[in-house]
Amino acid sequence: MATAALTASGRPSLRTGPDARGHFGAFGGRYVAETLMPLILELEVAYRAAQADPAFAAEFDYLMKHYVGRPSPMYFAERLTNALGGAKIYFKRDELNHTGAHKINNCIGQMLLAQRMGKTRIIAETGAGQHGVATATVAARAGLPCTIYMGARDIARQAPNVFRMKLLGAEVRSVESGSKTLKDAMNEALRDWVANVHDTFYIIGTAAGPHPYPELVRDFQSVIGKEAREQIVEAEGRLPDVLCAAIGGGSNAIGLFHPFLDDDVRMIGVEASGHGLDTDAHAASLAGGRAGVLHGNKTMLLQDDDGQITEAHSISAGLDYPGIGPEHAWLHSIGRVEYQSATDAEALDAFQQLCRLEGIIPALEPAHALAAIRRFAPGMSRDTIVVANLCGRGDKDIFTVAEALGTQM
Amino acid sequence: MSDRLSRRFAECAAQDRAALVTFVTAGDPDLERGPSILAALVAGGADIIELGMPFTDPMADGPAIQAGNIRSLGTGTTLRGVLAMIRAFRLTDGTTPLILMGYFNPILAYGVEAFADAAADAGLDGTIVVDLPPEEDAELAPMLRGHGLHNVRLATPTTDAKRLPTVLSGASGFVYYVAVAGVTGTASAADADIASAVARLKAATSLPVAVGFGIKTPAQAAAVGLHADGVVVGSALVSLIGAAAETRANDLPEQVEHFVRGLADAVRTARVRTAA
Repeated sequence: MATAALTASGRPSLRTGPDARGHFGAFGGRYVAETLMPLILELEVAYRAAQADPAFAAEFDYLMKHYVGRPSPMYFAERLTNALGGAKIYFKRDELNHTGAHKINNCIGQMLLAQRMGKTRIIAETGAGQHGVATATVAARAGLPCTIYMGARDIARQAPNVFRMKLLGAEVRSVESGSKTLKDAMNEALRDWVANVHDTFYIIGTAAGPHPYPELVRDFQSVIGKEAREQIVEAEGRLPDVLCAAIGGGSNAIGLFHPFLDDDVRMIGVEASGHGLDTDAHAASLAGGRAGVLHGNKTMLLQDDDGQITEAHSISAGLDYPGIGPEHAWLHSIGRVEYQSATDAEALDAFQQLCRLEGIIPALEPAHALAAIRRFAPGMSRDTIVVANLCGRGDKDIFTVAEALGTQM
Repeated sequence: MSDRLSRRFAECAAQDRAALVTFVTAGDPDLERGPSILAALVAGGADIIELGMPFTDPMADGPAIQAGNIRSLGTGTTLRGVLAMIRAFRLTDGTTPLILMGYFNPILAYGVEAFADAAADAGLDGTIVVDLPPEEDAELAPMLRGHGLHNVRLATPTTDAKRLPTVLSGASGFVYYVAVAGVTGTASAADADIASAVARLKAATSLPVAVGFGIKTPAQAAAVGLHADGVVVGSALVSLIGAAAETRANDLPEQVEHFVRGLADAVRTARVRTAA
């Protein structure tokens, strides 16, 4: 890490990364084709200038409040807490944001950067479609043309979000290559970017990709953790004991975790284990992957012995990715964050329980975090405080859930 | 350095012509026919062979080479298999330089030091790793150097004067100029833009400069060959292989040889015709 900044307890801070070359320990970096390299360097310079400009932060804060609707509430889930019979469970309600997920936080930030850089066209990749909708939303507001790359398989299972993007004026391009999911959409977005570097800004949706993306996405998403910190202290008079969030690329989790990394708070990230970690149909790149290079960064990846990327599987399109953000790979390697997993079936059970107990239809992504909470919360004492990030709402997933439950709609 | 590569560029320069560099994906369309295609490239007049290491996620490649990667992986090509193919090629051809081009992850999975060792032993001359810019290639460059392999770097239309020294420092073998900002096999650059880019590069390095991306026909090869030390043709060849694979043509090597001969004749006569 860059410097040996010390925390109040005298330990080196874990919040100073990445280093000047974009590395988090052995992970991160800038593994991109030469055509993109000058652009990546230009983006970093633009981001540093934005960080030093109070007007940038002021505009970001204004839009967070008046356009996104932040701060999102911190809600005590009393019925779920009682049903599980252990720890006290709070939800950070990022599913109440404009566009229905945490993705908008990052899109607002990157759009402001794109405008500072004078870019006139926006591209993005999307899996579940939440990032695509959020990108199409900010592009509409900025009056810029927007192209969203989405795997053909994801288009089929996320029809409502595809229509939303089109309503918002975006062009949705179906990606037919590879596994036809998020990984392939990202390849296609990178190919578009290489061919249109002069005018195009690529809004990456998760805390991954070449430096400085993992850093800036984390910074924009850290609004979640900063608010959560104030809100839980207000509600309980102290910091929480446990934070829990689902992880695909890991942007909602790093956004919640990062402001707490130097505190005595246990953190649990939950990967999607699909049909099970003992099958080859899962998306748990920390539990079942090895270090490798893909999409501009070195991180933990699902791959075969020959270094070919293998296809991920999850019922949740947003978690269906064979990699993970490099900061998570690093936090995993040093043991600061605990990473668990939840299967499709466990996520579906948790999804239904939350609907019935709390009147909240969650997205399938946070349903994975809820599934982990259902395992660990009952064994915890009643004064243990758990904060989970409810990072998206589930309207988009009702068709997938109906199909999984064998229900005709 | 081993130096089949410098020797070959010097021979071509002595004949006052550009070297013809041909790209195919290793193991495309399948492992049986892969070796006969390499022989056909040489028979048709290729001076240097770029061999693509197949990868599941070829982010800098257009549809033609993506399809070549899928065909090759589909028949079971591995990096180990590619190295075996190079070793077999060297049994009958000790002079045609072979450069491996691809993405970093298969090399990383193989083990960087083990790869450099095995590749040099098999008779490889160098590598072009598309997603390993100078900022990250300290993970590979010293191992290549240690085994006498060239580290070929890419320069592009976005590589400005300020950045060029970073790209050239540590480059060896030749500099590969990517003529268009884009993926392989799509748009073609204007002759004038290529000429001025090559002139700019040659003013900054004594290494040969080869130009690729968007060169599909003998006429385009001849035009680029007027200025560059090497002309790279890839997607057009890979498309031809793909079409033949689809129709199960049994004269694929002959088709490849014929196509390459057209390109080779063009680069061999380009400067003569212009002078006349």
